[in-house]
Amino acid sequence: MRPKHLQMIGFLGLVVAIQLVTRATDSAYHLTQLTMTAYYSLLVIGLCMLIGYAGQISLGHAGFFSIGGYIAAYLTTHDLSAHKGAAFVALFAKAGLLRTRPDLYGGDLLTVQPWAACLAALAVTAVVAYLVGGPVLKLRGHYLAMATLGFGIIIYRIVLGTTALGAADGISDVPGFSLLPGIEVSGNSSLRVMNYYIAWGLVAAGMVLLLNLIHSRVGRALASIHGAEDAADAMGIPTARYKLKTFVLSAVFAALAGVMLTHYNGGIGPSEASVMKSVRYVAIVAIGGMANLWGALFMSLGLNYLSLRGYFGTYDDAVFGGILIVIMLFAPDGLLRKQLLSDVRRLFAGRTAGGGA
Amino acid sequence: MAILSLDGLSKRFGGLQAVDNVSFCVQQGAIKALIGPNGAGKTTLFNLISGFIPPDSGTITFDGSPVQRLRPHQVAARGMARTFQHIRLFPKMTAIENIMVGRHVHGRAGFVAGMLNLPFTWKEERLIREQSLEVMEFLGIADLAGAEATRLAYGQQRIVELGRALACGPRLLLVDEPAAGLNMRETAEMASLISRIRDRGVTVLLVEHDMSLVMNISDEIVVLSYGQKIADDQPLAIQKNREVIRVYLGEEHAAD
Repeated sequence: MRPKHLQMIGFLGLVVAIQLVTRATDSAYHLTQLTMTAYYSLLVIGLCMLIGYAGQISLGHAGFFSIGGYIAAYLTTHDLSAHKGAAFVALFAKAGLLRTRPDLYGGDLLTVQPWAACLAALAVTAVVAYLVGGPVLKLRGHYLAMATLGFGIIIYRIVLGTTALGAADGISDVPGFSLLPGIEVSGNSSLRVMNYYIAWGLVAAGMVLLLNLIHSRVGRALASIHGAEDAADAMGIPTARYKLKTFVLSAVFAALAGVMLTHYNGGIGPSEASVMKSVRYVAIVAIGGMANLWGALFMSLGLNYLSLRGYFGTYDDAVFGGILIVIMLFAPDGLLRKQLLSDVRRLFAGRTAGGGA
Repeated sequence: MAILSLDGLSKRFGGLQAVDNVSFCVQQGAIKALIGPNGAGKTTLFNLISGFIPPDSGTITFDGSPVQRLRPHQVAARGMARTFQHIRLFPKMTAIENIMVGRHVHGRAGFVAGMLNLPFTWKEERLIREQSLEVMEFLGIADLAGAEATRLAYGQQRIVELGRALACGPRLLLVDEPAAGLNMRETAEMASLISRIRDRGVTVLLVEHDMSLVMNISDEIVVLSYGQKIADDQPLAIQKNREVIRVYLGEEHAAD
């Protein structure tokens, strides 16, 4: 069996083992944070593809997450009953995109189907990423970081300032998302185990897609762009288009994470769009080793879980900011890299040799 | 038949006329060399031809169609590959992976096919690897396939870079100072490699300072000085050309 299959089996084994441990120790409530961690991890692996493999930074991915989450939340909660007569409502209803469900007060809500809302959220995010990425990816290094940071701030201020999106309160009462009959993404505690597996199953699927991609012709082209962009260009690789496609791909991963977590949590608020969230994702990719999908995934699992369980207390954001500073100072290529072991060995060898001389 | 022709090509950088109204042709199947003192505009001319910088005026015709407005990757896709004066190999990749990037334009597996690992991509990857290995065998570096490219000896890196350009399957190969930093034995090997590449039907345009290499293998030589073409002839005639001797060696030698 090939190593990449072994890694995936090991990962799935870990996911199952964690669930069995929580069951044996009667602490299934941990699964809630672990499920949320999975959705953040979905964003992180997409961002890892962009930063580590295509070599482009983004400090705006919380923005894409929020675009996805807010569109799903808005479409599945906004009552269209008042517009029943409108042509577009009739058209949507005919296409099976709408559904009626009882609201909290016994009335009926006419809203968009979660599936339709999800696809709309992903499509809109892809278009926004395409429009933003086109001009922005012409920039490099600090300038690209600043531009994507600006994008993140804009999205944050929009969701915070728009009354229709609940302003500072965000959108709540988002219904569950039935993927298939009997399989539903929701925070209902009776569905906790199922949701844990749905979430980590999505992460595993995302990992398979991205791992395939980095070992493909496109992955090799991205690595060459990262290594020497002018030479990649001279070899016939349309560098701008490849960078843009990777940017859109990672934005769609972020949006899917946003959609799923919003259905799971039953709502979304502006804090999901805050710049500190974007910084956190970049910090996780960095400590995970930049060009190391597995490293980013495991760091995301550990750090997001600790953060969501409240282990960092009021220093939550400071911990991630601190991680980013330390990584940039001491391991600017990321921490968990393939060469990590040999680097450590060389460090100690250097010490002993220096001591002997 | 000319595979490449430049007509009235000019490029100015601020107050410097780097390339000044240069016209010449490269015949199909020939090795043409571009020489001139430092700062004559040779590398600028290469960057113009390969699409890295746009010309201020003039036309570049490759294989019958104008290419002066195309981006580098578009020029490469039409069958023109290049190497760099300062070696630009891809770090953290093996020698064969570097060369496999050269096969990029001949593949078609995109993002979706790659992510889904579709069966046609397996066959394509195998083919790319085989063809890249063939290029390495042709250049005599097949034993370096698994080595990290940027950790190879300098001369070997130059050959890997040549292999990467050759893997594109170009009809015209632009080689920028292939002998820079090489010793005499390595330079002779490089000269024989370039001749063998031409014998396979690839037209070669090279910039080079090493006169032994240029005089031995070139069919024709263009001489640039301060951005202007001052001679375009066969090697023996170039050696006797007064203007060329003057810019290389000074007035008194030209008078002899």
